[in-house]
Amino acid sequence: MVEFALHNAWLVPLLPALAFVIIIFLTKPWPALSGLVSVGGMLTSCFFASLAAYGVFTNHKYAEEPLVYATRWFSAGDLKIDVGIQLDPTSAMMIFMVTLVSSLIFIYATGYMKGDPGYSVFFSYLALFGSSMLLLVLSSNLLQMFVAWELVGLCSYLLIGFYTHKISAREAAKKAFVTCRVADFGLLLGILSLQIVFGTLNLTELAEKINNFDQYTTMGMMTLMAVLVFIGPIGKSGQFPLHVWLPDAMEGPTPVSALIHAATMVVAGVYLVGRMMFLFHEVPSAMELVAITGAFTALFAASIAITQREIKRILAYSTVSQLGYMMLALGVGSLTASMFHLWTHAFFKALMFLGAGSVLHALHDKADVWKMGGLIKKMPITGYTFMIGCLAIAGIPPFAGFWSKDEILLAAFDNGNYVLFTMAAITAFMTAFYMWRLFFLAFMGEEKAENHPHESPWNMTLPLVVLAFFATVGGLVGTPWAPVWGEWIFFGHPHHVEPNYLIMVGSVVLGMAGIYLAYTLYLADKEKARAHALAKQYRFLHNLSFNKFYIDEIYLWFNHSIVDGAARLFYLFDIYVVDGILINGIAAFTRLSGEGLRVAQTGRLQNYALVFFLGVLALAVVLAFTDPATAFGLMTGGAK
Amino acid sequence: MLTLTVSLYHYLILSAVLFGIGLFGVLSKKNAISVLICIELMLNAININLVAFNKYMTPGDFVGQLFAIFVITVAAAEVGVGLAIIIAIYRNKLSVNLDDFDWLKW
Amino acid sequence: MELLNSISWVAVSFHTLAAVVVISALLVVFSRNIVHSVFWLAACFISLAGVFMTLNADFVAMVQVMVYAGAVCIMVVFAIMLIRRRDMGDTNLFNGQTVAAAGVVALVIMLSGFLSFKSGVVVPPGPVPVNQVDSIATAMLTKYVIPFEVAALLLLVALIGAIFLAKEVKADADSDS
Repeated sequence: MVEFALHNAWLVPLLPALAFVIIIFLTKPWPALSGLVSVGGMLTSCFFASLAAYGVFTNHKYAEEPLVYATRWFSAGDLKIDVGIQLDPTSAMMIFMVTLVSSLIFIYATGYMKGDPGYSVFFSYLALFGSSMLLLVLSSNLLQMFVAWELVGLCSYLLIGFYTHKISAREAAKKAFVTCRVADFGLLLGILSLQIVFGTLNLTELAEKINNFDQYTTMGMMTLMAVLVFIGPIGKSGQFPLHVWLPDAMEGPTPVSALIHAATMVVAGVYLVGRMMFLFHEVPSAMELVAITGAFTALFAASIAITQREIKRILAYSTVSQLGYMMLALGVGSLTASMFHLWTHAFFKALMFLGAGSVLHALHDKADVWKMGGLIKKMPITGYTFMIGCLAIAGIPPFAGFWSKDEILLAAFDNGNYVLFTMAAITAFMTAFYMWRLFFLAFMGEEKAENHPHESPWNMTLPLVVLAFFATVGGLVGTPWAPVWGEWIFFGHPHHVEPNYLIMVGSVVLGMAGIYLAYTLYLADKEKARAHALAKQYRFLHNLSFNKFYIDEIYLWFNHSIVDGAARLFYLFDIYVVDGILINGIAAFTRLSGEGLRVAQTGRLQNYALVFFLGVLALAVVLAFTDPATAFGLMTGGAK
Repeated sequence: MLTLTVSLYHYLILSAVLFGIGLFGVLSKKNAISVLICIELMLNAININLVAFNKYMTPGDFVGQLFAIFVITVAAAEVGVGLAIIIAIYRNKLSVNLDDFDWLKW
Repeated sequence: MELLNSISWVAVSFHTLAAVVVISALLVVFSRNIVHSVFWLAACFISLAGVFMTLNADFVAMVQVMVYAGAVCIMVVFAIMLIRRRDMGDTNLFNGQTVAAAGVVALVIMLSGFLSFKSGVVVPPGPVPVNQVDSIATAMLTKYVIPFEVAALLLLVALIGAIFLAKEVKADADSDS
């Protein structure tokens, strides 16, 4: 059974795709059935994925030699494109995590979306989304990966804009799609140049060839390609400066937010960079770029999250920040730490999003945390699981987030770049602060009289409990004392970290400090007077943070001034040069010459006959006074 | 002294002149019937050619004469139809003046 | 007598007939009265029949007289009669492009004449078979039977077409003019 799953991993993305097809063509009119098909497909897929992952993680040879099944997709001349699956510890971990989290989210969605008119369609999108993500993860070929990458982008567009009646949802969907398209263009260029330089897009072959790239290309070209490839993840994983779409993606239904922000879509970028580690590893400057982008994004997003009011928006910026962490880990060369954080983050972030969804469900889409309070009494399961998530993200041992965050901090520290390390440490503090601010405001404190919260049904709380379980113990696979994780998922050599107690204790202290600060400001202080006072005192900083550093406004300004200006220029060019000279000019010339020649058209038969005879005369002269062959050539214009 | 001979050339020249006169009429007469008459002149010029060539080139078989007969047949048919058309036009336009008919444009 | 013998009577009759043909043709074109034109046309046709006689084409000459001088001229006269005009004077005038037409025609005549001489084929007339009508009839009904039949068909079609075209149209089915 394990062997079967191991050698037929293609079933994993296929089953959700099948569910998509079945829903679209067969079960669309019966919502309950559609939900069942979708959940069933994902659960079966999860079953196979678990078996495959079990197979990979019990046989250490797969850590060195990935299992690749590929077949020729198409070939044109020297261009040969394969399509296949590549199973190694990294992708095995990913398919297990993605299928597990997706299954839970699907189950959750059956409750959350109850009664929605687009229930069936929603589940078909979800299934396609999961399928695309699994295809992306398992791809053995960059082009195939890019196809899946775009499919994921398409599905996110469809899902974010699922509430088509909401203008903001449509706008957010468009924003997500366009922003990602901008980034995908860079990725596509990168993939194309890789194909041109190395003649292959298969990951294994590419890794071998890039290992001694001197034979193929120069360092400059390598840098260019690495940067181009990195542009894709910047967009997909919401790194600065293309992070703007991610908070807006909250317009979609909450399960979508969980799916996009926890298990899929956004981690695709991190995963891609991890997959292409062999490329980045050869280019130190690109690595630095990844690290700096990651660290800056982490800090930047955290500083925005501090002042946001909408529950899902806080979580969104938190996601951006955590993705920055993962990028930072990749940038300092630790695939292990990055993937570890990706793994733990998937659980606690999915948990928190689903918890937020549960809250919104209970409060009828009231999203402002300032208007919540004391929810934990009415919604104990949601509240306590949410607290576990907050503990995990704040980095309190023994919850999952602690181990992975510690690993990243350690990797940054070992790398010797103390600026990045400091940024990461500050981010850790801020993360604890804003997450607990959210928790204290929404779940603790006084209940608001106007709210009538109620606990969600079992199919929404069950996933919460399961995710809370993973968020608690998920990090134990990678503790510094028993670094199982590093022996399986690594780049180059198996990763063994010496426990660094200073950093460990330091990060715990930072997390505790953040929680304590949040406690004093938002829970102990009933009137929140000090919080308001602080906001007033540092009005400028507060506004900056609350308005997301005006990034959206800058983009808008850029669009309005420069893009629109250029567009106006092109418009004028179009009107006066293209339309005026090229189109109307030619038309006018044709019309005028027609007017001129019309005079020749007298309409009198005899007139025509006269001209006709002149022509006959000319022909006769040509025929009479030239060689027949020449005459023939003259008449036929040289045609033989 | 005046030598009065006759050869193929004489016939050809006669034919050319008759054809020219006919063509001139076709191109320059106003009356549609007149134009039709002049077309007959041109056809007759062709007939001269055909019969003359028949005599001078292939006296044995009568292909030229045969063709002349066919031309005459066609010409008769053409006159019939042509006159019918002219009458039909006259009935509509009350004119046979070709200058009045300038529909043959655009 | 020598002189008389040296004169070929065929040549004399050709030149005479040719002169008549050309002059009557010119008169056809230049008459101002369409009825006169038709008379000159008949004269032209008859003298053309004579020209055919000088070419030993007796049958063609006969057909010429019957079809052209007889049928065609009569038909044209009938047409003129149908297109009633009180005064037949000035019924056959020139249009505006007479000069240009004359130029083109001059060029055509010059070119044909030049080409006739340039071809340079000098052939003496060969012996002509006596029984012409027999030969023509045989050729027409054997080798050229298909053109013959087609010509018959053509005549039929022309007949029907002419009747249809010239038929009196009903008032309600009148053309849009």
